[in-house]
Amino acid sequence: MTTQDEISVEIVAAREAYEKGRADGGHAVHHPSRSYAPYRSSVLRHPRQPLVAVDASGDPEAVELSGPVFGATDVTALDSDLTRQHRGEPLGERITVSGRLLDGRGRPLRGQLIELWQANASGRYAHQRDDHPAPLDPNFTGVGRTLTGDDGSYTFTTVKPGAYPWRNHDNAWRPAHIHFSVFGQAFTQRLVTQMYFPGDPLFPYDPILQSVTDASARQRLVAAYDHGLSRPEWSLGYRWDIVLDGPSATWIEEGR
Amino acid sequence: MPEPTTAAVPATPPAPPGAPGRTPPWQTPPGPTPSQTVGPFYGYALPFPGGGDVAPAGHPEAVTVHGYVHDGAGAPVPDALLEFWQGGPGTGLPGSMRRDGVTGGHLGRNGVDFTGFGRIPTDADGHYTLRTLPPGTPAGLPYLSVCVFARGLAHHLYTRVYLAEGHDALLDALEPERRATLVARREEGGTGHRSYRFDIRLQGDGETVFLEFR
Ligand SMILES: [Fe+3]
Repeated sequence: MTTQDEISVEIVAAREAYEKGRADGGHAVHHPSRSYAPYRSSVLRHPRQPLVAVDASGDPEAVELSGPVFGATDVTALDSDLTRQHRGEPLGERITVSGRLLDGRGRPLRGQLIELWQANASGRYAHQRDDHPAPLDPNFTGVGRTLTGDDGSYTFTTVKPGAYPWRNHDNAWRPAHIHFSVFGQAFTQRLVTQMYFPGDPLFPYDPILQSVTDASARQRLVAAYDHGLSRPEWSLGYRWDIVLDGPSATWIEEGR
Repeated sequence: MPEPTTAAVPATPPAPPGAPGRTPPWQTPPGPTPSQTVGPFYGYALPFPGGGDVAPAGHPEAVTVHGYVHDGAGAPVPDALLEFWQGGPGTGLPGSMRRDGVTGGHLGRNGVDFTGFGRIPTDADGHYTLRTLPPGTPAGLPYLSVCVFARGLAHHLYTRVYLAEGHDALLDALEPERRATLVARREEGGTGHRSYRFDIRLQGDGETVFLEFR
């Protein structure tokens, strides 16, 4: 099995190749390459042909420029508090995760669905196929959703997830993270991503985080500890804004 | 080399980076939040009952679109998640994922309105089934928009399902072999309702055309 050292050499090589390209005048690349060999599962699951460009401005009625609308009845108040979905309190460090959903120009995206899922405090998912020998928590499922407010804001109450092993290579461990799924006003703004916690020592070893080879883009996946968000005798606060790109359908805003 | 992982301890608490009221609204962000793979464990979080049943039950015009997702070795992809979108402005009614306000349980679509949004995890054989209404695209040839997520896929992929051949700006710009990957094949069946086969190949021979919107 591939060792961590071998994976780390590949991670550094990919990052240095990107940085050299930048120094030579290349564009910033915000998203991970789909062809990132240190993440072994990507090898057979990325297209080899270049993507075919569609000029959205040339077809303002393209289906992709609108997106699903989510109504108030799609979520319940309980959905955004992952610590209250069972009879008892889940184990772990209670946290509040809050931020704003914005488009590329910094405008709030309101009424949009944000879904999240995560491992419990021990690093175990409530998923059939997660066989990591860490305890399940009968008081924690790790699934939440919410709709953004008028200012694009969202808030979840949950527990800090644990790191967990995976089988990408020998001794592979994922840094603690929360999976997010986000909708914007256009289907082209769709985003699935992961939020990380500041200062995690596993960052340099993780091919999934490091698949984002641009250092400042990678930093945008890391939440900030925000003492002003921490609630006395209750929870620690983390702030994480989510910014969507892709051509946005500003012209449908009127109808909402 | 790996990044430094420890920062010097600041002498004074840092200012919160974006506390409420402190971030000026409409400030241009430094860049988009990067994508990350959906991973293997979304299955208990994202799919919802009836996610592939976009057409109201018993609708006489309902069509079935189904097929397999394959990787570059031709193996089925059992942990892909497909999302379909075909509504235009005004047709995306609330209610694809409704929940009961009292129990929090899944209510689903109201069974009457067409919401245009489908979400389907592939099964153990890499197979998916969508039951929907024929798309009506304002201009040009009608199609379903598809967004593909999977473990191993660091950033989702967009493609389109065309249910018929014809003149279309995107299709007409493609080589015939590539063009064919976007057109669903009508299946003959005795069920009395229309069925289409649409496979997605992430890589290699017959690789599906994937799209980038600018
Ligand atoms: Fe995970």
